[in-house]
Amino acid sequence: MSKPMRLSNGGLLDRRREITFTFDGKPYAGHPGDTLASALMANGVNLVGRSFKYHRPRGIFTAGPEEPNALVTLRNGSRREPNTKATTVELFDRLVATSQNCWPSPRLDVLSVNQLFAPLFVGGFYYKTFMWPASFWEKVYEPAIRRAAGLGMVSRLPDPDHYEHATAYCDVLVVGSGPAGLSAALAAARTGARVIICEEDFRLGGRLLSEPHEIDSMPAIDWVARVEAELTSLPEVRIFRRTSVFGVYDGGTYGALERVSDHLPQPGLHQPRQRLWQIVARRTINAMGAIERPIVFGGNDKPGVILASALRTYVNRFATAPGRKIAFFVTSDDGWLTAQDVLKAGLPIEIVVDARAHVADALTRPLSRAGVRVLLDAVVSDAHGRPGLKHIEVRKDDKILQFEVDVLAVSNGYNPQVGLTTHLGGKPVWSEECGAFVPGELPPGMQSIGAAAGDFALAACLRAGMQAGRTLASDLGFASAPAAVPRADDEPCAVSPVWYVEHRGKAFVDQQNDVTAKDVAIANREGFRAVEHLKRYTTLGMATEQGKTSSVTGQALMAHLTGRTMHQAGTTRFRPPHVPVAIGAFAGPHVGKHFKATRYCAGHDWALENGATMIEAGQWLRPRWFTKPGETDWFESVTREVKTVRAAVGICDVSSLGKIEIHGRDAGAFLDRVYVNMFSTLPVGKARYGLMLREDGIVLDDGTTARLGPEQYVMSTTTGNAGKVMQHLEFCHQVLWPELDVAMASVTEQWTQYAVAGPKSRKVLETLLGDRFDVSNEAFPFLACAEFFWGDVPVRLYRISFSGELAYEIAVPANYGDSLIRALMRAGAEFGAVPYGSEALGVLRIEKGHVSVPELNGQTTAADLGLGKMLSKKKDFIGRVLAERPALTDPDRPSLVGFKPVDPGQRLRSGAHFLAIEAAATAENDEGYMTSVTYSPHAGCWVGLGLLKHGAARIGEYVRAYDPVREGDVEVEVVSPIFVDPEGKWLHE
Amino acid sequence: MRIPCPFCGPRDVSEFVTLGEATGPRPDPAAPDAAEKFFAYAYLRSNPAGPSEEHWYHALGCRSWLKVVRDTRTHEIESAALAREGAR
Ligand SMILES: [Zn+2]
Repeated sequence: MSKPMRLSNGGLLDRRREITFTFDGKPYAGHPGDTLASALMANGVNLVGRSFKYHRPRGIFTAGPEEPNALVTLRNGSRREPNTKATTVELFDRLVATSQNCWPSPRLDVLSVNQLFAPLFVGGFYYKTFMWPASFWEKVYEPAIRRAAGLGMVSRLPDPDHYEHATAYCDVLVVGSGPAGLSAALAAARTGARVIICEEDFRLGGRLLSEPHEIDSMPAIDWVARVEAELTSLPEVRIFRRTSVFGVYDGGTYGALERVSDHLPQPGLHQPRQRLWQIVARRTINAMGAIERPIVFGGNDKPGVILASALRTYVNRFATAPGRKIAFFVTSDDGWLTAQDVLKAGLPIEIVVDARAHVADALTRPLSRAGVRVLLDAVVSDAHGRPGLKHIEVRKDDKILQFEVDVLAVSNGYNPQVGLTTHLGGKPVWSEECGAFVPGELPPGMQSIGAAAGDFALAACLRAGMQAGRTLASDLGFASAPAAVPRADDEPCAVSPVWYVEHRGKAFVDQQNDVTAKDVAIANREGFRAVEHLKRYTTLGMATEQGKTSSVTGQALMAHLTGRTMHQAGTTRFRPPHVPVAIGAFAGPHVGKHFKATRYCAGHDWALENGATMIEAGQWLRPRWFTKPGETDWFESVTREVKTVRAAVGICDVSSLGKIEIHGRDAGAFLDRVYVNMFSTLPVGKARYGLMLREDGIVLDDGTTARLGPEQYVMSTTTGNAGKVMQHLEFCHQVLWPELDVAMASVTEQWTQYAVAGPKSRKVLETLLGDRFDVSNEAFPFLACAEFFWGDVPVRLYRISFSGELAYEIAVPANYGDSLIRALMRAGAEFGAVPYGSEALGVLRIEKGHVSVPELNGQTTAADLGLGKMLSKKKDFIGRVLAERPALTDPDRPSLVGFKPVDPGQRLRSGAHFLAIEAAATAENDEGYMTSVTYSPHAGCWVGLGLLKHGAARIGEYVRAYDPVREGDVEVEVVSPIFVDPEGKWLHE
Repeated sequence: MRIPCPFCGPRDVSEFVTLGEATGPRPDPAAPDAAEKFFAYAYLRSNPAGPSEEHWYHALGCRSWLKVVRDTRTHEIESAALAREGAR
């Protein structure tokens, strides 16, 4: 395929292989080694999109991640990714890219009429538009602006790729692999220090890939290859290519994004798309280089206007150029070096304009000798052409000269990449000597070197690298003999920046956000002069490139307008991420079901075999109900399960409840301090219901704790609070009372536990256990507990009840959990035993008036729950003192009672608020709320538990359960919270 | 942020749970002014801009409660000791 703008030789391309791709549906070809931008340029495609607000035609402005203009949508379908910088996309086979923000094409864009509405988008437009009548904003302005302004569109499909998280450790982290970074990495690595070098490009070398220098008497590119080979040979060195360090965090932690598969059509099997690294470094060398600055003149955003350093990269590294009639507008020596390279590549230069009156002969001579017109002490004031650059106006001595060109390379000195140095609060400082902001206070352990520190010349970079690498490694105890600094020349790099040129057309400061010089003037006029205000008011320096080509220029313009120096004006502080990072990379593997662990009970498979519908309870999956053949909805199944428990026997997996072993001589004393009631007096072989408070007097959790031995207790907690209670117990022991001889361990996962409940539960256990254990009422009364062996398998048996029925809980090591449930069901078959799930468990406990999670909601006291009498008067315990505060003992506090609808056909809703029958539904009349409701097969109607003001004293009264959210308003009778067996006889039978 | 657990060595903050400022010791519940003392203990925090003594729990590690001195401005960890060994 012909590539009209590909130079016939040169470049770091594999010309033997051709890669095909499409842009806006049209096929093109490039080579391995190309970026999408260089391949487009080689194909003569210079118009790649339209701008954010005004839909102005835009081209390729840079050759790196600082690109403000050449944003494309990459790939299609679910892998479609908008706002991708064509300058950083490594070309791959069958790549599909489309231009954005233009319709039907970049060349003919209907919305370019936006330019006519430019006043709508001037500085501060976000704020000014908000000032208009709200109804106008929503209906007229916002939809119009949203349609017209903006970047690409997301796919709206789930991301099919996956992302990894990884952590790496090193002694010295080197960010950037230009001359400074490579020599620093080499010097540090030779000491034996662990070195990680991160390079965002797919090749090491930085600017050495684009500039024809000599190092140690060999072409720089060969020197890079030699260094790379030596680094690769050292065992403690890791080289991360395609990896951007995007953030600096405390403790020497760095965030880095490795683009593992972005250069492939799609990730390989089991390969992530990207990997998010947390790199923990003892020392860091910031060698990220510098970014060339634009100049503000009329039409400076025309396709064809390009940074000179970028042109140098396209010519030298990618063997292409955006046009054939090239002009330069420079204020720096570096611009002349680019012009010389362009000349060497055989490309015609029309003119070089330098704003400076004096430029070294050594720089100008090669150009003038080749017949290039050179104009000193002159400026480019305007660039014209539609859609691309056609001619420029040059002002010299108040005369305007016109030149027909299609490329204008701009060179205005460099801004050191100070981004990472400000992430922990450092502020860059203006250096008159460099004509740039250089790093101020650095993050601990970091050193900036080379161009990133304002040290632009090659030999200086190499020297600084060798020095820094060795010094930092030796700080850490790695020593080595000094090595020779690679030999190279220091190229001239003087600059006298010109920020702004008098012009006629629109002159852009920030091309990505379409912020013009005029917008900066408006911000000044309207008082938004501080750099941080300027940024927010005009949006200058926002979006994907975060002001890499625009911030300093905007600040310079504002400094000029306000008569301040650059030092006085200062610069904005950069925050992470330094480059855009996909949210998917931050989420990493923690998506969907991988967001948290799923914990399965040992009886999980058995439950599924038996028709269980599962529910998540914390991390656990628990059976919610079991559907029998012929049952058509959950209500039918749950009601059957409840009725079977009340009439015969049911079996429920309670393994997910927290289980904590508490051992030690002082275990009883310890429990006395964490529970409101006594446990040291609990006899061995007995269990007791316990309630624990937070130190502020509010209920923390409840559960049954059994004493298996003189120095051994087993505590149970609610499923959701198991971790929190464990943490609390450890706190009480380690922080408050380390002198107590007690130790604890969570054994939730180690034991499988089933509740066997119902009048026939004893028969099931008799059948199961035979003569292994006597479960008669005399031998094993209510609240008894025991541990015994079945063969060599330990079994724990508790006679406790959550349902109000005669009930037991039996536990075995989790390995035997599946066998246990199968054995239980076999033993229960003749008694009509059924499994029941968490829904039936809920129904049973509400019928019995037991509190659970909806009542232990972090707002209730023991007294609120009718458990005030449990608070021991004989001892201190966590929460005792503060539970006595007047507000927590106020008799007006809502307390636990039961509720029944007056019309038994009506349904109750938890969350409904109680009102006196005639009272208006206002917050002042609120008397409490419903916490738990269920249809009670036993009562034959809906019943509820709730917290009602003076609840216990109001049994027999009627109130409204008012639920405006679901339009419920039900008259209810206040009743005892215990709906079944109020005397508790069943438990003891 | 990385916390040097005396038992496990320097570990990532994601393994820890914080309880905030360490306000101990727990007041004497029998003292006549116990109510005021407990109120301060449970609620009052000095919220310094600078070194702050805090309780951290190595939940995904050795389960030790630590007393950590952390600079709230920089997350710099000055020290981390087992709470059971520190002054209560
Ligand atoms: Zn630890």
